[in-house]
Amino acid sequence: MDQLFNRKYIIQGLFIVIALILLGKLFYIQVVSDKYFLSAESNVLRKIYKYPARGAILDRNMKVIVQNEPVYDLMVTPSEVKPFDTLALAQALEISVADVRKKLKKAKAQSAYQATFFDRQISVQSYARLQEIMYRFPGFRTQDRTIRHYPDSIAGQLFGYVKEVSPDDIEKSEGYYKPGDFIGKSGLERSYEDFLRGEKGVINMLYDAKNIAQGSYSAGKYDINAVSGDRLISSLDIRIQRLGEELMKNKVGAIVAIEPSTGEILAFVSSPGYDPNQLVGKDWGKNYMGLLANPYRPQIVRPIAGQYSPGSSFKPVDALVALQDGAIDPNTTFTCPGYYQAGNHKVKCEHIDGTINMQRGIARSCNTYFCHVFQNIITKNGMKNQRQTYAHWHDQIAKWGFGQKLGIDMPFEKKGIFYQADHYDKIYGKRWGYTTVISQAIGQGEITSTPLQMANVMAAIANRGYYLKPHLIKGIGDKKVVKKEYLEKNYVGIDEKYFQPVIEGMRDAVNSPWGTAKESRIPNILMCGKTGTVQNPHGKNHSVFIGFAPMDNPKIAIAVIVENGGFGGSYAAPISSFIVEKYLTDSIKPKANGYTVKAFAETNLLPAIIDKTKKPKPVKTDSISVKKLDSIKKLKDSLKLRSATIKTVSTKPKELKTVLTDKPVIQK
Amino acid sequence: MQQQQGNRFFFNVDWITVLIYIALCAVGFINIFASVPPEKSAIFNFNTLYGKQLIYVLTGLVLGLSILLFDGRVFNVFSPFIYGGTLLLLMAVLVIGNKVAGNQAWIAIGSFKLQPAEFAKFGTALLLARYVGSFNPKFRDFKSIAIAALIVGAPLVLIMLQPDTGSALVFLAFMFPLYREGLSGYFLLIFLGMIVLFIADFLVPTYILILIITAVAGLFIYNNRRKQKIIFSTVLVTVLAIGYLFLIKVAYEKVLAPHQRSRIELMLGLKTDNRGAGYNVIQSQIAIGSGQVTGRGFLEGTQTKYGYVPEQSTDFIFSTIGEEWGFLGCSVVIALYIFLLLRLINLAERQRSTFSRVYGYSVACILFFHVFINIGMTIGIIPVIGIPLPLISYGGSSLWSFTILLFIFLKLDSNRMGFF
Repeated sequence: MDQLFNRKYIIQGLFIVIALILLGKLFYIQVVSDKYFLSAESNVLRKIYKYPARGAILDRNMKVIVQNEPVYDLMVTPSEVKPFDTLALAQALEISVADVRKKLKKAKAQSAYQATFFDRQISVQSYARLQEIMYRFPGFRTQDRTIRHYPDSIAGQLFGYVKEVSPDDIEKSEGYYKPGDFIGKSGLERSYEDFLRGEKGVINMLYDAKNIAQGSYSAGKYDINAVSGDRLISSLDIRIQRLGEELMKNKVGAIVAIEPSTGEILAFVSSPGYDPNQLVGKDWGKNYMGLLANPYRPQIVRPIAGQYSPGSSFKPVDALVALQDGAIDPNTTFTCPGYYQAGNHKVKCEHIDGTINMQRGIARSCNTYFCHVFQNIITKNGMKNQRQTYAHWHDQIAKWGFGQKLGIDMPFEKKGIFYQADHYDKIYGKRWGYTTVISQAIGQGEITSTPLQMANVMAAIANRGYYLKPHLIKGIGDKKVVKKEYLEKNYVGIDEKYFQPVIEGMRDAVNSPWGTAKESRIPNILMCGKTGTVQNPHGKNHSVFIGFAPMDNPKIAIAVIVENGGFGGSYAAPISSFIVEKYLTDSIKPKANGYTVKAFAETNLLPAIIDKTKKPKPVKTDSISVKKLDSIKKLKDSLKLRSATIKTVSTKPKELKTVLTDKPVIQK
Repeated sequence: MQQQQGNRFFFNVDWITVLIYIALCAVGFINIFASVPPEKSAIFNFNTLYGKQLIYVLTGLVLGLSILLFDGRVFNVFSPFIYGGTLLLLMAVLVIGNKVAGNQAWIAIGSFKLQPAEFAKFGTALLLARYVGSFNPKFRDFKSIAIAALIVGAPLVLIMLQPDTGSALVFLAFMFPLYREGLSGYFLLIFLGMIVLFIADFLVPTYILILIITAVAGLFIYNNRRKQKIIFSTVLVTVLAIGYLFLIKVAYEKVLAPHQRSRIELMLGLKTDNRGAGYNVIQSQIAIGSGQVTGRGFLEGTQTKYGYVPEQSTDFIFSTIGEEWGFLGCSVVIALYIFLLLRLINLAERQRSTFSRVYGYSVACILFFHVFINIGMTIGIIPVIGIPLPLISYGGSSLWSFTILLFIFLKLDSNRMGFF
């Protein structure tokens, strides 16, 4: 025993201290922290998602208009790839060997161990060829999934498109969407995404370190089966939808047709349109850029996003509100000298009719008559109370849906413009009166509305006092559920008795020899309507027609806008008549005036493209800038041409015909 | 006496140590079995890792017991030859060795592979014990320290040439037996200081370290301002420490291989690389951490079964223990080791001969280094250094060399009443 013996304890002590350090760290990673446990789970556990079929969409006659189509992708897991015959693969896929190398490199850059896309949507022929030689390409496999298919190639803007989710979508969904999922980005695909997408299935699989599946977790106890998306029954009638798109060929504009008793939208045409099949699958990017580059902007959903002055088609509403207010009665007459003198400014009329009553005023679309009506309404409580009276009038008109969203089941609906009294206070202080806003009397100036709003006004008149919110889906799923808000009647605040004289005026507009839409009379059907000619500072006036039919127990209300179409009676009214006739009788009889669908379809009314880069005009969106008393000249056009896309000066479409008369050019 | 003569060979053997030895081998076998992918463990097969390990364990046991048949004096007498033999093997491996993963550490004899570095440990331990036992140096003079350093340094340098840094590091364990025999504690402190400075140099800017060292030294000198000798040695130590700091920078870049540098940086948390160099450590920690308190159960470890931890049956076998047996299992294994180590020290202290005591200390400290470095590496407190976990990791060379190391000591211990 020497003194050095004590050093034994130092060494033994060191052993124990080190052992405690090891145990301390072990205690931390095994007992205290669950980070490692969770990492272990994520190491081995993969959720394999099973994608359900997206819901189909049918038209009101149960014809399939949106369905799914299988496509095949070639996937590759770079770590499992062995040297292979690149030429054989290139030939099977009909691409070059260089492309094969490039794609493989790209896949490797994404992930070495995960399966990534090698080639998307390979053709059926390539798929068949590959199946035979697949064994020669370890690490490659084909994967089938479904994409949307639109058998009729119509109503592109209506259906919208489905696309891979963006990081933004993933974040907003709070974990529902995963990278690679698909989501409805616009149109019905977007607004009914929750129903259409169905429920994803999940299979919990165990994977080893080489990413090879080792079987399911807990014998599939936590797995979920995929549930297909709900089938949607649309309110569209595919026959008139197709007819509407045909008629609107080579024109800019919109058609909305509504079944008045239900608010169901029968036709929803936005022109120029596009084939929805373009925005499916791998050519999405190219085709979408193509749409964006089109100067006529087919991506705009004009029925809800195009904002037009309602023009003369606003007059029936004017009349009804005046009647309800007692500002006029059906027999009130005014004298039309061909213009209306509003302060220092004249509102022109298209004709000199002398003394006329309301019914004829509507049928003849007399500006003078309705300026007087407006004057009567606004001044009925005295000249000093015009502001309050205007505010009251505004509220009455707003009940019809002007200046607000109607709540259609489509995203991105626009409100249109319809100003409160405050707006004019801001510009003019206290010094404004009916003459300041007189252009609203004839649906011009500071009032714009969407084609949907106009059609809805017709539905409300057809129903004699109420409308149901217009909607595109009349049944969700097998139980055919309809959203509750679409079953409620919205009253416009006009007593039923006032409708008859106005409706008679609208009947005369189409069916009397003096009517503005007399060329559009439908044999054996009493269509009521109102033409509108919307003044357009950028070019030829827009042709507008709104109407409903038949006069008693109406089945269809319609609004048609043909940009640069001139008079309401020249294009919008005949187009409406074809659609109404087709819907009510399922046929179109030859017309005495020789109008045919073919002739209208072939007429090109596309405006010449004006290069705005030469002299940029500020687009006045801010109402404050509208200083002038008469703001008619400040109309906006839905066709705002973007300077960036337009390179050439005035590239006139080849078949552009200038229609001088109110008759379309008939091609024999 | 007749009875004692009858099992003379096994007389006085410390069977408790033998039991711990067998227990650790069993732990090794069970966990190697668990580390083999499930479909391959269905039928018992001697071509699998666990099959081979069973052979190694059984032959190891035979080897151990046959060592007990020798006369203990043999090891003392032949220690220079054994040491010389292992040195020759270490040189041979540099010439005829098989290169595996960059290290020239194996000599293949038919299908049998020998790792000389493993056997160099007991060769060195024997010669060091012989030197201390014969000359009884107290390591107060330069000569004795130099001789001890030569005995330990020769195999260490040869192993570094392979290069097998992990195995070479283990030779530092011989510092402890020398300390026990009289080497100044300052050597251990300097060694500790070097490690601390090495790590600190990565975490703190060098100039701050220099400031701290100078400040501490200044304070120390101020407190001992009347003792010239202390002032002199403090200044010397300070200058050496600062010189060392700069040396580290150079040595780190020039001497260490890139993979060693990245292992050190990973351990110090200076970089993360979960797919590359850090993969082993991360996966090993995940496996061990996922065992939680009681573990997932035998053959239930998903990380183990599905091969997430590389080198799982050899250097990273502890991750299997951690995952399948949890904190409790880990504690039992560590307790077994500590019990073995403390017992070996106690056994060493009861030897009458210095030779046996030094050898016993060497055995305990070599085992200790292996256990500490290996487990420390699997749980991320030590950079990845590829040395096996004694008696548990898969591998014949390692198992046999530990068996020889241990059983020689047990033989010496059973002869402790003898004549040395």
